[in-house]
Parts: sequence; C-alpha cells; structure tokens
Amino acid sequence: MSRKTPKKLINENGTRLDGRELNQLRPLKIEVGILANADGSAYIEQGKNKILAAVYGPKELHPKHLALPDRALLLCRYHMAPFSVQERKSPAPSRREIELSKVIREALEPSVFLEHYPRTSIDIFIEVLQADGGTRCAGINVASLALADAGIPMRDLVVACAAGKVEGRLVLDLTDVEDKAGTADLPLAFMPNLNAITLLQMDGDLTTDEFEQVLNLAIDGCKQTHALQKEALKAKYVAVKEAVEEE
Amino acid sequence: MTSSMSVAKVKQKRIAELISHGKRLDERGLNDYREVQIEVGIIERAEGSARVRLGKTEVMVGTKIEVGEPFLDVPNEGVLTVSAELVPLASPKFEPGPPNENAIELARVVDRGIRESKAISLEKLCVTPGKKVFVVFVDVYVLNDDGNLIDASAMAALAALLNTKIFNYEVKNGEIEIKPGYTQLPIVDYPIAVTFAKINDKLVADPWLVEEQVMDARLTITIDKDGKICAIQKGGYGYFSMEKILEATKIAQQKAEELRKIVVKD
Repeated sequence: MSRKTPKKLINENGTRLDGRELNQLRPLKIEVGILANADGSAYIEQGKNKILAAVYGPKELHPKHLALPDRALLLCRYHMAPFSVQERKSPAPSRREIELSKVIREALEPSVFLEHYPRTSIDIFIEVLQADGGTRCAGINVASLALADAGIPMRDLVVACAAGKVEGRLVLDLTDVEDKAGTADLPLAFMPNLNAITLLQMDGDLTTDEFEQVLNLAIDGCKQTHALQKEALKAKYVAVKEAVEEE
Repeated sequence: MTSSMSVAKVKQKRIAELISHGKRLDERGLNDYREVQIEVGIIERAEGSARVRLGKTEVMVGTKIEVGEPFLDVPNEGVLTVSAELVPLASPKFEPGPPNENAIELARVVDRGIRESKAISLEKLCVTPGKKVFVVFVDVYVLNDDGNLIDASAMAALAALLNTKIFNYEVKNGEIEIKPGYTQLPIVDYPIAVTFAKINDKLVADPWLVEEQVMDARLTITIDKDGKICAIQKGGYGYFSMEKILEATKIAQQKAEELRKIVVKD
C-alpha cells in the first residue's frame, strides 16, 4: 500500500492541508503522570502523533562497571511501535532509532542535575504509538515532562519543535507528508529559561538567511509548546491536591 | 560537566585557557584545519576508494556498486547506502561488534550530506523502472581516530564517489548484460562537512581528539557547492546559543569552500 501525496500542500491563502496557518502548531494534548509503575511518565498527542514516555530512576546501574563516579548515567531509548506507521515497522531498533535515542539523550542531558546522583542510572523510555512527523521533538517534550514528574531536579524543561520549508514557504511543525514532500526540515530542542539550544539537526536545502528564519520559527514554536508543557505539569499537581483534600 | 576522565583536569584547564586567548594546544588558530591529504583509487577491487588523512586522523572509504531493487516511493532512482565501521585498530576505545551509536551517527551524518545535497544523480542509476536500479554502497572505514571523524569521513566519501566507476551495460529482456569499459558515477554536487567544538564558550573548527574530550558540544554543518546549508547535526551533552550557531554557519561556508578545493580537483 502506498499513500498518495496530494499535489499541493499549501493553498494560495497560505493554509495547509490540515487547515493550519504556516506558523501554527498542531493541536497539543499533554498529560503527566499516567503510568502506575514508572517513577515519572507523560503522554502527548501532537496532531496524529501519540507518544508515551516513562522515567525509571535514579536507580542502581547494571552492569556496575558502566557507573560514573561523579554523576548519574542518563540512558534513553526512543522506539516506534510496529503499528505506529503505515508499513509495519520491525520492532528491532533501526539505525534511525539508535541515532534518535542518542540525540534525544544529548538534548535532555544538559537539563538534568546528574551530578546529584553519582553511580546511578536514570532511564528514559519513549514509545511512539502513532507517528505523523516530528516524533523526535514530541518525544523530547514528553520525556522532559516525565523527568520532571519523576521528581528529578532539573535546570529547565526541554521543549522541542521542528520548522522547515515546504513548497518554497517556511512552515512550523511539519507533518509526515510535509516533511517527505518538503525541501528542508529542522528539528530543534531548547531550554527556554536558559536560551540554550540542546538539539539541532537539519536536512534539506536552505540559504543562510532562510536558515536563520527557520531557526527563529522553530524557537517560537518551542516557546508556544513550553506554555502548554508547564500547564500540563501543573494540572497533575492540581489533581493530586484535589484528591488529597477530598480524603 | 561531562568532560572525559581520560584527559587530566590540569590539561583540560590548560586547553580551555588557551582557547579563551584564541590559541590551541597544537598551535592552530581557532578556525584552522589540520593538514588534509587525499589519495584516491587505492583499492582496486572497489568501484571507488579514497583515503583521507586529517592530521593524524585517518579514514578510508570504499564504494561498491550492485544491482538491486528501488524503493517503492522512488521507483526510478538508484539507492544510496552509507555505513561506518569504527574499526578496533583505530583506537583503544573501539571494540569489535556491530556498529554502536557513534558509528551509526557518523554514517547517518555523512549520508545526510550526500543525500540532501543530491550529490549523486540517482535518477541516472535506474536500469528498469520499479525493478532494477544500481545500489551505491559507501563504506566508511575509520583507521585512526585523532578526532573529527565526521569531516574526514565526509571528505573521504566524496573523494571516493568522485573516483567511482560503473561498468558499461546493456539491458536485454530485462537482464543486464555487461559490456567492456566503465563510466564515471554521475556526481553533481560536492557537500563538505565542517565541524566545530564548543569549548569555554568559543568555537574551534576541526577539533582533534583531546579537544573532543574536553568539549561541551559539537556542531556539524554541511555546505553544498552553492554555499547552501544541506545538513546539520548537533552532538555532545552541552548546548549552543543562537548566536554561536549563526557564527558557525558563516565560518562553515568559508571553510567548506577551502576544503572543497582540496577534495574536488579541476
């Protein structure tokens, strides 16, 4: 089965296939603290993306020789469910998933006070249940919340968003179809309070001027997402507080 | 914060101090590359090959061409496959076994540069649409790691592709019949990767091993022949400010032009 790519992704009024403006995010739904076993967890829906993240730790590290004497070891697994995409994906980790696990870990690492937990490990698991473009960014958004939910001290939340170029126009938060048909995609992760870019990748074809604009667009998307991320985190504690007061 | 244990703290401090004064331990300027030496056509069995020396870093790339099936979504295009091996003889830190995340990242960053700049005219590698196309295998073989494997590998891959030949052929009843002689693989762009390390909030180009061990973060920018950016990869546990990233893109454009003259002759 192959999906047909529609001929035009952006109409003459600058409206995209899903009705969004060029600089508009997909609708976001975020929940924090949803898995019983995990020390921290969160769930995100960003358009058709559905992603779960769980954090276990800080905990004893096995095998022990991997332990670091001065800080915790942050481990991250980004994984896609076999049913998350059109053609079944083999559950074995692909090269793409291994690379993404690495860059996501490196995007989150600057935010965590790992030095507070020497010789331990903190494990992050990101499971993509349904994918529609931009899963590494949505995965970072949800993993950062899971870390916060686990009560691990952090410098800032990490928030991520992609921007790119489709049919000659610069657009925010690309869907899978837009990414495949587009000419550039730039995922970016950001710590808003520290103005620090912790993940940056790009593939495509951009002049330096376009690059600067796309970079700003992605940062703007991050700032919008950050507000929703904070709301979701607060909502969990409001719910906990209400539950306690009822008792 | 995350510097390696294998460089003494004293040395780390010395490197950072020097860099804040615009100097480096090996006496290069902050934007200077180590000497680049390139040899091509060194492996006769391979369809194309190159060995790049970037200072003491040494990378060999061999290309092989096979007949295979196209991807369903692009039935008229040949296939590009890039792999990288961090061969154990190249460093005391490399171990035998399947490629780890560093090898995979290296291969994928080199791949992205070639693919996104559309360096190979893949549509010219179609034999029978939807059925038979040429598959170009680019195998990166790291022989000595003294830092900045990405740039050395990207240069070696480009040099090897420029050196790659495909056998002449005719299609008879859907089968390929090999004819005498060879044709050059069609290469139409020349992507060059330029990598920076951020140390003490300064950018240094072409970090060598000791600098990689003390860096906060790494940024690779790949520039195509028109000076456009075709791939970016941030690595390492630290972060970059917007200003540093824009500064890096400007330097990368100059450096790419200089390096391209060394890799692409005439």
